Amino acid sequence: MSKSGYLDLSFFSQLARSNFLKVKSSFLRKERDQNDKTKLISFVTIIGIIVVWWLIAEFKVVPPLFLPHPVSVIEKFILVSTQEISGGNLLQHTVASLTRVLSAFAFACLLGIPIGLAMGANKIARGVLDPPIEFYRPIPPLAYLPLIIIWFGIGEFAKIILIFLAIFAPITMNARAGVASVSPDRINAGYSLGGTRLQVFWHIIFPGALPEIFTGMRIGIGFGWTTLVAAEMVAAASGLGHMVLDAANFLVTDVVVMGIIVIGLIAYVLDLLMRYLELIFVPWKGKT
Amino acid sequence: MINTMTNDELVIDNLSVTFERRGNPTVHALQEISMSIRAGELVVVLGASGCGKTTLLNVIAGFQPATHGYVFVNDQKVTNPGADRGVVFQKNALMPWLNVSKNIELGLKFQHIPKSKRQEISNKTLELVGLGGFGNRPIYELSGGMQQRVGLARALASDPSILLMDEPLGALDALTREGMQELILRIWKRTEKTIFLITHSVEEAVFMATRLIIMTPSPGRVTKSFDLNFCEDFITCGDARKVKSTNEFIAVREQALSIIMNGNP
Repeated sequence: MSKSGYLDLSFFSQLARSNFLKVKSSFLRKERDQNDKTKLISFVTIIGIIVVWWLIAEFKVVPPLFLPHPVSVIEKFILVSTQEISGGNLLQHTVASLTRVLSAFAFACLLGIPIGLAMGANKIARGVLDPPIEFYRPIPPLAYLPLIIIWFGIGEFAKIILIFLAIFAPITMNARAGVASVSPDRINAGYSLGGTRLQVFWHIIFPGALPEIFTGMRIGIGFGWTTLVAAEMVAAASGLGHMVLDAANFLVTDVVVMGIIVIGLIAYVLDLLMRYLELIFVPWKGKT
Repeated sequence: MINTMTNDELVIDNLSVTFERRGNPTVHALQEISMSIRAGELVVVLGASGCGKTTLLNVIAGFQPATHGYVFVNDQKVTNPGADRGVVFQKNALMPWLNVSKNIELGLKFQHIPKSKRQEISNKTLELVGLGGFGNRPIYELSGGMQQRVGLARALASDPSILLMDEPLGALDALTREGMQELILRIWKRTEKTIFLITHSVEEAVFMATRLIIMTPSPGRVTKSFDLNFCEDFITCGDARKVKSTNEFIAVREQALSIIMNGNP
């Protein structure tokens, strides 16, 4: 199969490099006005929330059991970074959680994107796969977690299957929508240039669907992360969710809060990462 | 069955297209259209919205099947789209993930033409449409007129027998539009391609056509056909405004307009 213009390695690396530089320089350039003002306001708001928290804790408005002091949260963060708690230190828990979600994500992409593309392009694929996927998609993963445990036990595999299922549905459905979103004129143009069905699919439909595919990936990884943490709270010996639940059982609220903050920060970073990848790989998004 | 002569590039034989939708009245988009076009002609189909001109172009392009009748291009019956009939769309048919050169080379890539030859052809075609040096730019950085020129270059690069243009200048502002009309005529003269263009602009049609075909709707049919050569006058004198302001031009334009408005000659 001939290399498509998009996947042509030299063009692709040149494109990625130039987009990476563009994105990097836009963070340093002067023209950021409105965006800057909003970011400043958000930053001040966050500082404000921390200050209010500090005041509430300092003057013991609420018992420390309910709202620990920010300082003790930070202390626990430093402590757990080196010392083990609930089966590992902070780094080990984070790595355990990330490994689960990223491997499930990789499988969901490897399977979901081709299947979604097939569903978009082929009415038999659509007819066969639509019912099961649309059926299980709105069900919260925690609802079918017990079934997964009955089938696969409480080991790593079961957790990864659960997270995989949570991520698979949005990725597949977005890939399928991506195929439908390619403008018919572009497809017709491909055929008028002498393209075969396969060529039009690979060179026009697939790149055309990429914006939606990346959106699906971004939704998927967020959804996978929330599912993971909940799954760890049910049956795990490591991971951030496990650490938080363990601490809650012993009423060590500062570890709970610390864990929640770490979980939230990682979710934010994952989302940022996906947006960044999107800017590099799909620079034409939103520009018709 | 029309006798196809060997120098007739495009033959339309008793073509009819009807659309039947459940619960809606049948639409007679085209009714028994017949015409034969010689190689090198610049045919313009003019008509108001709904007269069937887009449907006609879609059948010739192979995007739309005929209900009755046939279309032949170079004595081959048309059933599917193909590289022998290049199409220039009104807008949004370029690939935003490819730069200008790669867009133009797309058809060549489909034919498995080697890279160096592809680049040679795309560079030459870029010069032809006046976009030399723009090869590396992304599509979305270009103005509407420039994008249409890329669309034109892309269709030309694959060397089709006939160029089909679907209201190619409809989305452009008036000034750019005039410039593009002249560009298309100059390219037509240089490449000697057969062009089949549809438009709803009377002035554009009268200016550009060697054969002007006026269609009226319900059912879509050919009402009148003119042989014109204002485009040749332009090629000779190079001044479009002058050609468009002669008395003959104005007379033909008014006649065409009244045919469209009244539905009969």
